[in-house]
Amino acid sequence: MRERILPADNNKLLAHAGAFLDSGAMTDLILFNVTNGLIIGAFYVLMALGLSLILNLSGVINFAHGGFLALGGYIAYTIAPYVGFWAALLLSPILVALLGLAIERLMIYRMYGRDPLYSLLLTFGLAFIFEDLTRAIWGATGLPFSVPDYLSQPVSSKFFFITEYRLFMVAVVAVAVGGLFLFLRFSRLGVRNVRALRSFNFALGIFLAGLAGVLAGGQLSLEPTMGANLLMPSFVAIIVGGVGSLTGTLLGGLLIGVASGITTVFWPAASDAVIYVMMAVVLLLRPRGLLGEEGLLS
Amino acid sequence: MIADSAQRLKLVAIWLLLLAVPLWLPMFGGYMALGTRVLVLGLAAMSLNFLLGFTGVLSFGHAAYFGLGAYGTGLALKLMTHSTPLALVCGVLLGGIAGALLGALIVRRRGVYFAMVTIAFGQVFYFIAFRWNSLTGGDDGLRGFERQPLDFGVWTADILHNPILFFYFVLALFALAVGAMGFLLRSPFGRTLLAIRENERRARFLGIPVELHIWLSFTLSCFFISLSGGLNALLNNFADPTMLNYTQSGEIVIMIVLGGMRSFWGPLVGAAVFVLLQDYLSSLTTNWMSFLGAIFVIMVLFFPRGVLGMNWLEAFRALQGFLRRRGSQDSGRLP
Repeated sequence: MRERILPADNNKLLAHAGAFLDSGAMTDLILFNVTNGLIIGAFYVLMALGLSLILNLSGVINFAHGGFLALGGYIAYTIAPYVGFWAALLLSPILVALLGLAIERLMIYRMYGRDPLYSLLLTFGLAFIFEDLTRAIWGATGLPFSVPDYLSQPVSSKFFFITEYRLFMVAVVAVAVGGLFLFLRFSRLGVRNVRALRSFNFALGIFLAGLAGVLAGGQLSLEPTMGANLLMPSFVAIIVGGVGSLTGTLLGGLLIGVASGITTVFWPAASDAVIYVMMAVVLLLRPRGLLGEEGLLS
Repeated sequence: MIADSAQRLKLVAIWLLLLAVPLWLPMFGGYMALGTRVLVLGLAAMSLNFLLGFTGVLSFGHAAYFGLGAYGTGLALKLMTHSTPLALVCGVLLGGIAGALLGALIVRRRGVYFAMVTIAFGQVFYFIAFRWNSLTGGDDGLRGFERQPLDFGVWTADILHNPILFFYFVLALFALAVGAMGFLLRSPFGRTLLAIRENERRARFLGIPVELHIWLSFTLSCFFISLSGGLNALLNNFADPTMLNYTQSGEIVIMIVLGGMRSFWGPLVGAAVFVLLQDYLSSLTTNWMSFLGAIFVIMVLFFPRGVLGMNWLEAFRALQGFLRRRGSQDSGRLP
């Protein structure tokens, strides 16, 4: 039940691709799954970048990140009928980020500088509460979150699986990631007030999670566990890319997305496990991760 | 000398209390399986605390080895053998060897990164149990095995149908494992682990092979927790993938923190509190997950040293000191 939403969706798409598969070309099948992998990877990237931001600056692994993601999707689902899709796309992540800010100000800041055990347990407990409350409010069964019609058309008949929504998702992720990198590079958010910086940074990470939630809601159905399912792959993305490097996280997310996409072609049952094998190989051959800074992982 | 005899007294009290569980548990409305469950999860928590509390290394993925012990035991009973002890050995070997192999890969990580890598690797086994339908039963869990009566030649202990006998079977193995842990922690090896926990850099300067010790501690704790996983499979005659999930790891860690991670027996108390709370809350409300989460949050924010485990010894010492003062006053008064 847990952790298989994305691959299951992948398989569903594969089944839908019947006509396409009949054309038989292996390269097309691989292309199809690489595209899928990239799109899944884009989710991993959004999620993992937020986690990475918080981890790098505050040393906190935010287990509740997936809870924020799911909440982003559900809030968008609830407000979209009133404010429209586009406003919901922006408003929902902002609301979630504000909630994140409140939680950081109330609880998480107490964990800074303490044994990581405590921040893990705190956010773990928060994740439980988030998932349970989401289930209590919106129900355990999947809810459809519909995107505007003009976004759900396929781009072309040959590449039917590339809907405009999928392109749109990748574009939004690219804009968000590009914006984040530019912001971190050029903003003058100094080190003058570390406390405020950490709060802002936390909210920024949560904003990315909320955004991922809205986007994922349009692609898959909304489920209380949808965020928790993305959590582990995001950890793997961070470790593979290298702790301490946001570029590494970006690379790691795309890489494991594509890897699990390609594995789906040859051995669907292993598409979940392959990313952990990649992580093991990376840790064995290059312990600090692909782009990680020396010594940060130890 | 006095602390030593107090220690001995405490040990005697604990073991007497455990041996007498079938006598006093029903008086409080508890059923036998609940007591066995506390023992099994208490062993799991104490095993992880060997690493967490006494070596200072945070693994957040120990549920994987707990679950491997369970699946190993269950599969051995289902496919290979009718001997319960032999099946347990299979489970312990499966979990322990997996732990030893992965431990070697991650032993150089520290702190929050160690936790992250252990969680992620733990999930591999979760996926294997989840996906390998033909062997493990997938999401539905592993069924079709039962713990078998123990044949001692002259007498057969029917641990399948007699819950009290099964409790004592679990208690015997619990005693064996806990005794081994206590012995290890008192040995020079255990002292070295404490030294690493207290100051890794200094330990390194003293020429202690830190990585080797952490690996050994990790591996040992995996062996112990596999045993508790195997016992859990025997208790339920069932194993399911959620036993391997990181949420299970989190529950074991919170048991440790509940009881107090610096205390040897604390995790057992934490497990008892956790199991009883879970039993009670899940019968009371469907939203027990929220309550469980709230317990985590409250523990971390307000009682980071454990509600129970933290001051037992101090309280005992304080009481002892109080009594001794009174005693000396008394003796002062008497001619």
